[in-house]
Amino acid sequence: MEGSRMEPKKKLIDAAGNRLDGRKWDELRPIRLEVGTVKNADGSAYIEWGKNKIMVAVYGPKEVHPKHQVLPDRALLRARYHMAPFSVDDRKNPAPSRREIEISKVTREALVPAVIVEDYPRTAIEVWIEVLQSDGGSRVAGITAASLALADAGINMRDLVVGCSCGIVDGQVVSDLDDTEDKEGQGDMPVAIMPNLNQVTLLQVDGIYSREQFQKAFELAIAKGREIYAMQREALAKKYFGGEAMTVQAEEEVSE
Amino acid sequence: MIERKQVIPGDVITRGDFQWGSYIEKRGDEFIALRVGLAEVGREGVKLNPLSGPYLPHPEDQVIGKVVDINGFGWVVDINSSFDGFLPASFVFGREFSPSTHDLTTKFGVGDIIGARIESSERSRDPQLSIRGHGFGKIDRGEIVKISPTKVPRLIGRRGSMINLISERTGCDVKVGQNGVVVVSGPPEAVGRAVNVIKMVEEAAHSADLMGRVDQYLGGVEDGA
Repeated sequence: MEGSRMEPKKKLIDAAGNRLDGRKWDELRPIRLEVGTVKNADGSAYIEWGKNKIMVAVYGPKEVHPKHQVLPDRALLRARYHMAPFSVDDRKNPAPSRREIEISKVTREALVPAVIVEDYPRTAIEVWIEVLQSDGGSRVAGITAASLALADAGINMRDLVVGCSCGIVDGQVVSDLDDTEDKEGQGDMPVAIMPNLNQVTLLQVDGIYSREQFQKAFELAIAKGREIYAMQREALAKKYFGGEAMTVQAEEEVSE
Repeated sequence: MIERKQVIPGDVITRGDFQWGSYIEKRGDEFIALRVGLAEVGREGVKLNPLSGPYLPHPEDQVIGKVVDINGFGWVVDINSSFDGFLPASFVFGREFSPSTHDLTTKFGVGDIIGARIESSERSRDPQLSIRGHGFGKIDRGEIVKISPTKVPRLIGRRGSMINLISERTGCDVKVGQNGVVVVSGPPEAVGRAVNVIKMVEEAAHSADLMGRVDQYLGGVEDGA
C-alpha cells in the first residue's frame, strides 16, 4: 500500500474479513468492568479489556504535598499510568519510561474536563493506574476505568469519560486494535469522549490516514466508546444499585 | 408522589423549572447529576442523595475528631475530611486566653477524641471548630467505628429512630459524628453487638426495611411497629 511505513509481515485480516482473533473489522474485544476493588482506596475500579488487566485506585480529595503545588481555587488532579514489571513478556523496568510519562499526561488531560476541580480547592486528587497485564489500547482502558474509580470515590463529575481506539490494519479501518495489530498495523488512534456532553477529551493519532480513513476511524471510535459507556453504567449500577441494569430510558418508562 | 431515580455522573435527572440542591448542575433546562446517587424530584425541587463520597464540612455539623497537634493558639483536629479542623484556644478558655498563662495540654492532649461543632468552613481556610454547647468536648471512653459519611443519615434514622433503637437494645451509648466517626461505649459484649449492627447498617444502607433488619438482628420482639 502506498504511504505505509511498514511492509506487513503477515496478513492481519484474512480474505473473509476475519482478524487474527476472529473479530470483524468493527468488533470490540471482550470487556469486563468492576467497581470498588481496592478497599483501602477512596475509589477504585478494575478493567479487563482483551488481554489488558488494569487496576485503578483514586485517593482524595486530600491535602497537597509538596505544599507549593497547592492551587488556591481548585483541586490538583494527578494521574499516574504505570506498567508492572510483569505486565509484558520481557521484564519492564519499573521506572517510569518516556511512554508512561506521556500517557500519564494525556490521561490527566482526558479526565480533568469531567472532574469539577473547582469544588475541591486546595486539595489533591490522585489517580493511580496500574497495568497488571498489557495488550493494545491500554491507555483508553486505563481512562475508562479511571473515570469509574473517580465516580466511586464520590468526586463531583460532569460526565464519565470513556475511551476506545481505532486504527488502520492491512489498509483497512478497524476498531479496538490488539497488541499485534497495534505493532504491525499502519496506524493507531486512541479517542476518549464524554458521552453525554458529546466532547472529545483525548485524540492521538499515529500513522498516515486519508481524510476518509480519518473520518471513518474517528466516528467508529466514538460509536464504540458509546457501547463501552453502557458497560460503565452497568458496572456502577452493579455496585451501587444491587446489580439491576440501569438505564435512564428504562427508568423514565417506568415512571410514566 | 416523589419520583426517585438512580443516577450516575452526567445523567439528566429531569427537565424544567425547579429549585435544585447540592451535587446537581443546571445545564439549560436540564438538571445533571454530579454523583452516583438517588435523585428525587418533589415539591422542594430537585435533590440528589449521593451514595459515596468524602466528608465536606458544613457549618453547624456535629463531628467527632482526634487531636493531632497543639500549637500556641489551639488544637489541630483530624475530622476525617480533606482538611484538619482547628479549635482555637480562645473558644475553650474564653476571651481572656493568653498563650503565656494557659496550658492547652490541661484541656486536650494529642490523641484525645473530641466531639465538636463546625463553626465555619470556607473555601480559602481550614474549617474552624467549637465545643460550646451541650454534649461537646472530650470523649474519654468507647470504641471508634468509621463509616461512610454518606451513610450517616441512615444510621441516625428519621428523627433519630435508628440510633435510638440501637442504643436502647444494646444498652450502649452511641455518639455519631456527621463526618462518619461513631463512638460506642458500654459493657464490652454490648459494644461488640452495637459495632456489628452499625457496620451492617452501613453495608445494607440502601435496602428497604432497614429498621426491621436491625430490629431482627438485635433480637427484638415482634410488635409489628
